[in-house]
Amino acid sequence: MSASTKLGLALALVVLLALVPFLAPGYPTTIATEVLIFATLAMSIDILAGFAGRTPLCHGAIFGVSTYVVLYYVTVANGNPWIGVVLGVIAATLTAMIFALLAVRTSGVYFLLLTLALGMIVWGICLRWTSVTGGENGIRGSIRPGWLSQPAQLYWFTLGATTAMTLAMWRFVRSPFGLSLAGIRESETRMRALGYDVPLHLFIGFSVSGFFAGLAGALYAFFNSFVSPSTVALGQSVEGLLMAIVGGIGTLFGGLLGAAIIIALENLVSAYTERWLMALGLLFILTMIFAPTGLLGRINTLVARRGKRK
Amino acid sequence: MDRRNFIKATGTAAIAASAPAYMTLARAQAGPIKIGVLAPLTGVVASGGKEMVEAFNFYWDTNGKKVAGREVQLTVEDDASNPDTALQKARRLVEQGNVHMLIGDLLANTGLAVAEYVKGNGTPYFIPIIAADDLTQRKRIPNVVRIAGYAASQNPRPLADWLYRKKGIRKVVTVSQDYTFGHEQCGGFVQVFTELGGKVLAQYWHPLNTQDFSPYLAQIQDAKPDIVYAMETGADGNRFIQQWANFGLKGKIPLSGSMNLTDQSIIRTLGGEAEGILSAAHFCEGADAPATKKFVADYEKAFNHLPSLYGFSMYSGGMWLAEAIKAVNGKVEDRPAFLAAVRKVVLNDSPLGRPVRLDDYGEPIYDVYIREVKKRADGKYWNVPLEVYPNVSQFWHYNPEEYMKQPPYSRTFQGIKG
Amino acid sequence: MTLAVVQALNGVTFAALLFLVASGFTLIFGLMRIVNLAHGALYLLGGYIALTVASKSASFALGIGAAAAAIAFAGFLIDRFLLGFVKGFELRQVLLTLGIALFMNDLALVIWGGDTFTVPIPDAMRGAFSIGGITYPRYRFFVLAVGIVVFVLLWLLLNRTRLGALIRAGVDDAETVEAIGIDIKRVFVYTFMLGAALAGIGGALGGAFLSLYPTADSEILVFSLAVVIIGGRGSLAGAAVGSLFVALLATYGQVWFPELAYFVIFGPMALLLAFRPLGLFGRAA
Repeated sequence: MSASTKLGLALALVVLLALVPFLAPGYPTTIATEVLIFATLAMSIDILAGFAGRTPLCHGAIFGVSTYVVLYYVTVANGNPWIGVVLGVIAATLTAMIFALLAVRTSGVYFLLLTLALGMIVWGICLRWTSVTGGENGIRGSIRPGWLSQPAQLYWFTLGATTAMTLAMWRFVRSPFGLSLAGIRESETRMRALGYDVPLHLFIGFSVSGFFAGLAGALYAFFNSFVSPSTVALGQSVEGLLMAIVGGIGTLFGGLLGAAIIIALENLVSAYTERWLMALGLLFILTMIFAPTGLLGRINTLVARRGKRK
Repeated sequence: MDRRNFIKATGTAAIAASAPAYMTLARAQAGPIKIGVLAPLTGVVASGGKEMVEAFNFYWDTNGKKVAGREVQLTVEDDASNPDTALQKARRLVEQGNVHMLIGDLLANTGLAVAEYVKGNGTPYFIPIIAADDLTQRKRIPNVVRIAGYAASQNPRPLADWLYRKKGIRKVVTVSQDYTFGHEQCGGFVQVFTELGGKVLAQYWHPLNTQDFSPYLAQIQDAKPDIVYAMETGADGNRFIQQWANFGLKGKIPLSGSMNLTDQSIIRTLGGEAEGILSAAHFCEGADAPATKKFVADYEKAFNHLPSLYGFSMYSGGMWLAEAIKAVNGKVEDRPAFLAAVRKVVLNDSPLGRPVRLDDYGEPIYDVYIREVKKRADGKYWNVPLEVYPNVSQFWHYNPEEYMKQPPYSRTFQGIKG
Repeated sequence: MTLAVVQALNGVTFAALLFLVASGFTLIFGLMRIVNLAHGALYLLGGYIALTVASKSASFALGIGAAAAAIAFAGFLIDRFLLGFVKGFELRQVLLTLGIALFMNDLALVIWGGDTFTVPIPDAMRGAFSIGGITYPRYRFFVLAVGIVVFVLLWLLLNRTRLGALIRAGVDDAETVEAIGIDIKRVFVYTFMLGAALAGIGGALGGAFLSLYPTADSEILVFSLAVVIIGGRGSLAGAAVGSLFVALLATYGQVWFPELAYFVIFGPMALLLAFRPLGLFGRAA
């Protein structure tokens, strides 16, 4: 597929998505907004898991830190929401940097467990530091300016922001730096032999990933008008990772697909049964067995096979 | 397992549609009354949530799902014991399900999240289980009403009074889970107790899901209080009662607790360890009132276990709503009128046993039972009443406006006098 | 003084329970390189099974036995039919077990409901010992005794039997073991079943004093993870030392800084993972 075809398809997708508030107004538009926000989270996870080859279980915490900072700044410190966003993203990126400093020397399962532990520490702080975070009650308050009060308005704003962020992430993973990350994923020893500073590359990759997770978290603050320790809990990191995996690790756009699938599935399953967690567990199991490269990964393999036959 | 949507074939549409005036209003009134039920069906308080839904359905199933000519349609959503999910489900119920009102939630943080949401869109939200004091005090919201519910600090006060006056208790130690619900219950108890002249020797706060109470038990043994007041819920309550017995304190020092400690949801899986624990609550499954006896018997037959707080409250909540809907002739779309009707309801024949009505702040006034856990003839343990304190409001004997000037109860403010 | 002794006993008896659960976890992690995130769910399920069997049969021993057998079987099913699909892919295995954990947790909720249950113990174990002014529950001494017995049995298994030798060799270098013609797959299955059975027994015993409820699985899993990371994977001594460390930290943490007690274990865990992932007794592959 040529670059211009891909661009054309992407543009068409954006236009189609922009029509959602007309085709499915009201509650479905709200759901679509949620999908876009979590798609950004999933894509930020993919930068690290798919492109750098390090699977994290802490991005929920990074995401939620941004939400907490934004909501705190606006509702408690009475600040401007846009400055709040900047602060939130900075906080999230700093968190990612601290995590990265500790984690870059590990890989595989140990990396997973370390990020899990670090995420739990953040969760503990949010749960116990009641005077600042509100403890288990969290922080509530609408921070949307008037022009974002309607679901459609918020949706278009989120769509615009998500498109910009996706473009930025795409450029990042396609850049020379991004390609060197992929090189690290393929063979760390080779990259080291070639003279690349692997820990530095991973550190930057992790921080960039945290930056975008922070942006998603700030959007979530606008969307949800509420944050609580469950926003930074392990469950959030697990769901985000699952979205990235189901969509396709290493494809970036898989994050969008994965978020759409999981959120749609949750809405569908919850309408008929309370057993959503069982369904989620099953989805995890089936994905790992039958489609570990995710939906887009599968499609890519099929397309490649078709190409080879020619 | 419960089905979430209860849809009955309707023939009432024709009757309602013949109402005069505004056609759209008439058409809306012809449709079902939709109630959104939020409860934790998964997560750490799943058993309480399940019972909430069971009891609410039980009311409608036994009394008919039709009020003032309209059918009642219930949609149940799981809030997963988690405020983010509660908020998401509340949105779904209101914006997609177009429910006329919301009811339920168990954990205070889920209730607070949903309350904030309905503050913005005016949907009536009823909280028979959420006990956060401020929702009917300093931070009250016009469309949030605590029908058939209780405020955390409301019931421990008569207990403190009874222990001081009737039992001569002068020195107390409190042990409690360290969150708002615990702070408020202990605060209510401790403020009254010290105002009467009693002394609080120590207050122990522990995080939720504490596995080991022995540090506190050892210190309690050393302090030698006249009684211990324990504010525990869920697994913590279960473990506390067992460890109290296993460490040899049962029988040595009297034990009292929040109504949650001796609630059926905890004591029904225990044995004799719970016997003798004192508490105070607005209902008592062993009480003599005919409505209570009938409810307990019917409930036990239907579900094979005695009703807990969750059962009593949600059932009575259903009764309350039915009364209010009748009072407005089914016109729940007229929110101000409906909410006004809800606030005027006097529940006469509920399982709570005594007539219940709301105070000016949206909180029920109850006759509170002082209860003790006793063994029933068939070997099960339940609470029986020792005494009744009539007309206990959320403000006890305090002047409401004066009371609300004092800060809300917290770990640092417990209202201790002297 | 009394308080200090009681606290020490609490720490040591909790360590015994943690050891039961974590020893299974470390064997699986050490030999098969699988971080079995379903270990907590196996514990909880074992506890519930013990609850049902012990309540119906009025025999605690039968309850423990049933838990061990049932969870060993569950382990067999997981290893044979699920993990088999992702052999060799570490991360996929971990995430697969995560999915299994979610599924089993919800299944347990459906079958047993969310009430808090306690596994019934024989009357002889109820109540407290009174020695020199200290009152301490009898049952917790029982747990301590079981922990010690299991440690000895596992040590004997690993150091005095052929299977144990194969397991130890496999922990060191599974490829070479396979290369010299040993059916390593058989060893893997037995190890997984043993590890699962230990979790099940842990659930039966823990269910009697910590009680069973919907989030108990993730709590014990977190503790097990901490023990194995600190003690080092695949090492029995590591599991014992790690259990003592984590249990004492949790117990004293509850007295000195109750706010942070649960989170105090994540600090050492994170630091060790960052700087010495092999833990105290683990050996490089």
